[in-house]
Parts: sequence; C-alpha cells; structure tokens
Amino acid sequence: MARRESLLSYLIVGPFAIVLAFPFYWMLMTSLRSDNDLYNIENVPYKFNADSPTLANYRFLFEETDYRQWLENTVIVGVVVVGITLVLALPAGYALARLSGRWGQSVGVGIFLTYLVPPTLLFLPLSRVIADLDLNDRLLSLILVYPSFTVPFSTWLLMGFFKTIPPELEDAALVDGASRLGALGRVVFPLSVPGILTVVIFSFSLVFNEFIYALTFISDSETRTVSSAVPTELIRGDVFYWGALMAATLIPAIPLALLYNAFLNRFIAGFTGGAFR
Amino acid sequence: MAARGRRWQDTFEERRFLAPLLIAPAVVFIVLLVGLPLALAIYLSLTDATAGSLSGEFVGLRNYLDAWDDENFRRALRNTIIFTIVSQAIVLVCAGFLAHALVRNFRGKWFLRFLILLPWAAPVALSTVGFLWIFHSLYSVVNWTLTHDIVPGSPAFYPYRALNWAFARDFWPSAIQITPIEPIDPPQWLGEPNLAIAAIILIHAWRIIPFATVIFIAGLASMPPEIDDAARVDGATGLKKFWYVTFPLQLPIALVALLFGIVFTATDITVVQVLTQGGPFNSTQILTTWAYATGINGAALGEGAAISLYLLPPLAFVAILMLWFARKVEVT
Repeated sequence: MARRESLLSYLIVGPFAIVLAFPFYWMLMTSLRSDNDLYNIENVPYKFNADSPTLANYRFLFEETDYRQWLENTVIVGVVVVGITLVLALPAGYALARLSGRWGQSVGVGIFLTYLVPPTLLFLPLSRVIADLDLNDRLLSLILVYPSFTVPFSTWLLMGFFKTIPPELEDAALVDGASRLGALGRVVFPLSVPGILTVVIFSFSLVFNEFIYALTFISDSETRTVSSAVPTELIRGDVFYWGALMAATLIPAIPLALLYNAFLNRFIAGFTGGAFR
Repeated sequence: MAARGRRWQDTFEERRFLAPLLIAPAVVFIVLLVGLPLALAIYLSLTDATAGSLSGEFVGLRNYLDAWDDENFRRALRNTIIFTIVSQAIVLVCAGFLAHALVRNFRGKWFLRFLILLPWAAPVALSTVGFLWIFHSLYSVVNWTLTHDIVPGSPAFYPYRALNWAFARDFWPSAIQITPIEPIDPPQWLGEPNLAIAAIILIHAWRIIPFATVIFIAGLASMPPEIDDAARVDGATGLKKFWYVTFPLQLPIALVALLFGIVFTATDITVVQVLTQGGPFNSTQILTTWAYATGINGAALGEGAAISLYLLPPLAFVAILMLWFARKVEVT
C-alpha cells in the first residue's frame, strides 16, 4: 500500500518537476555550449557538439561585460535594504505582537495590505519624485524605494513570528529585574534568529527580483542591477550572446533557490498569516 | 537622582508609549513611500502632466476616458483579465495534484521539491530571458523537439505529427484549434499574437505553480489526522473524500493562494515587458505595459497613471476578500 502510494507520487511529481525545472536545465546546457555548436541548426541541441562543453561563455560574461558590476550593485542594494528593513520591521513587528491591543491588530493588517499595492501602480509618480530629488542613475534611488515593499511583508512576518514566542519568558525576565529592552536583547532576540534570517533572505530575494523601478530609475549601464541589466544590456539589437545570457540568468537563480528551500515553511507562515503551519 | 531615572524608564516602558514609538518609524516610512506615491498617482491621473513636470492642469476624468477610447487600452484590459484567469486556472489544477502527491513522504522528495521550487525562487526577469531563448525564432528547443524524431533508431516518431493529428482539425473551436505545424515553417512563438499569448500564460502559470503548491501543502499538512480516520470510517475515499472532506476544509487556504496568484499575475509587468514588450502589434499589451508605454516612452504621465489606476478597484476588492477570509479563519 505504502509502496503503491509513493509510486503514484513519483508519477505525478516526476513529470511536473521535469517541466518546471526544464528552463534551468536548458540555461545550463546553453551556457556550456560554444557559439559554433549553438548556432548550427544541424546540431542536436540536447547534446554537446563542436568545441563543447566549454566555459567560454562564463569567461566572456565576467571579463567582457559589466556582469560583475551588476552583481555587486545588486548585493550592495540588497545589504542596505535588508538593514533598513530590519531596523524598521523588527521593533514594529515586536510591538504589534506584544504591546498593542485591538488597534494594533488593525495597524498590522493595514501594513500587510500595503504589500498588495504593486510597484506597477507607483513607478510613474515615483519616477518623477526620483528625478526631482536628482537621484536618477544612482543606487540610492533603489535603496530608498525598495524598503516600501520589503518592510510591509517583513513586519507582518515578524509579527506572526513573535506571537509564537511565549510571553512568559519575557515576563520572567522582567520579574527578575531586567528592563524591557534587556529582556528583548537577552531572551527574545536569541529566539527570533530564525525569523530574522527569514526576513533577511526574503528581502534579499525581493531585491534581486525587482525589475520595474530599476528599469525606470536607472539607465546608466554601470549602475544597473542584475534583473534590469541582463534583459536590457546583454540583448542589444540583433547581437545576441545567448550562451553568456543563459549563464547570467542561471547564476543568481541557484543560490536563491537553495535559500528558499531552507526557509520554506516560514515563508508559508508569512503568506497564510500564521494560521496554517 | 536614581528615582527620577527609574520613573523616566517606567514611563518609557509603559505600553501606551512604547508601542507607538516602536511602530511609528515603519508606519511613517510606508505612508511616505506607498501612501504618498499612491495619492500622487491619483492626482497625476487627473491632470495633463507630462514627463517634464510633476504638475499640470486639472482635467478631471479626461485621462481615464481618453485611455478607454484607445483600442489598445481595451485590448490591454482584456489581455490582463484573460492572462490572469487562464493562468490561475492552470495553477490551481496543477498545484492541487502536486500538493496531494508531495504531502506524502517518499525517497528523494527533498530534491524533487527543490526542482519544483526553482521557478518561484529565480528572479522573474532572468527566467523570462531564459524563455526568450526557449521560444527563439530559429533555435527554439520547443520547435526542435516537436519536429525531430524523439526515439532515435526506432520507427520515426515526430511529436508534431501527433499534435497535428490531435489539434489541427476543423471540428475544434477556434480557441484550441492550431494551424498544422510544418518542420519547414515552425511556429513563431513570439511572432504570432495567439502563440505569444499562450507563451505568456504558460510562463505565468509556470512561475506561480510552486507558490500555490507550497501553500496547498501547508493546508493539507494542517488537517488533523483524525479527520482522515473519520472519513475512512464513514467510507469516504478517493474522489468522494476529496469533494466532501478535503475540498471544503481546504477552501479558505486555496483562496488565499488564488488571491495572491491573481495579484502577482495581474500587476506583473516583467514577463510581458521582457518577452514581447506588448508586441507583436500591441497584441499582448497588458495594463501595466501599456501604462509604461504611455507614461514613460510616450511621456504622458497623467494618462499613464490613469491606465495603471484601472488596476486599483480590482485590487481593493481582492484586499477586502482577503480580510474577510482572514477573519473567518481566525474565528474557526
């Protein structure tokens, strides 16, 4: 019985896994093939042919394009945005979970709802504001705007997380004479490391994902982030570097997917309001 | 001295003061960067502002009416609705099957789950570039696979023949009927309106399926095992159990996944902007890309804002639905 059931699982999950992961397999295959191999219509694309496999595309990507710069830009923006997000969302999430009554619940829901206001509604007015502040073509514009979508979700996620830490632990520390901040630092903080890590990873991956703000605010090749640079700078007119392009798309995807997998259950708790765990 | 310090600290630690103090920075930031731009978008949509300035003459609802009068806008609106509904229908069915299979334990589950999650974790703009290559006009792997013998050495089997046999027939309604595929003239996925629409819907479904699946799994895993036993005692198995037990219990969480999926698809600009930029001949424009084309490329800031604001009422509706479900889940 158990065997038959797991066979059924393989039969359902297997084909889906192949279809869903195929584009990434294809990016890998393409990135390892030489131009001679790639642009010969006679070749079987599933096999390596002339001069393949080769790392030439990766070499090209890192040596002949600004790819390294784009990765660096994205990481810089990501790190700063994660910092801002934590500074704003940690206290808010804690206070909403512990210190506020009925109105706190409403504020929490209100904060979460702003996550539903998409960048596609805001990029037009913001493009004007950014231009007026003279922030065009500067990473600062992204650092300023990105927390607008990382803070709401992170606050919501942390609020749910703090609710799962028993308040008795803190009360015990308070009775023992610790101040609230002391109780926070010594009792609550060590317990909330997984929640904080989730917020870090989630915010970071949102920064890697963001496209429309980066596209409208920044038009200078060297200041772009990966998501906006690869589709615009590496695809120029009729000249396509498909091998290098596929390497460029694959490189950020794999580490992000590994991180996502590790923290999956916490993301789900965030999206479902902690009601299902 | 010490007593005064103590009193200050007491006041500071009183919930009445501490809570707003901790919440305020986040709220102020959100109001400044979401609330104000939203208000600004509404203001701009009522003026004739252009890219050069932040203000313009007040023109009432003219931008909304002008946008509506454009045939491209109406097509963009229709496309937004079609892309969202069709892709989410595909997502619900696939995620339902996947979640039921993945909630069990079996060998290699971790790896399969990793493969299934890839589309959700990868940056959308980059995976869409991957699809540009998959649907390339000359080197499309889809076309190669369709028009080549996939069982080498055996009697020739060309998948395109099977497809032609199944779908290139007059008795199908035109929506699913395909023009016969010829190896000489393979389908131009991104060059033909209908095929480009199909490609966009598939990409949206592809990237949302993992998200819906993991949420469904969480819902299934939260079902108490007693319910399983009770259903078995009452003789409910298979489809019957799904319809009378699993489905009603999973409805709230499935709706959460669906509502998120709708928001993610309807408000997305990345897939269409990278894949087709609304082409060929504006046949795949959606509200967001049309707003970009009007407001940024066309420099008509006011009208662009008006176009994107057509998304606001449905979004508000979805938000209300979500709140309603959240309350319902909390009560039970």
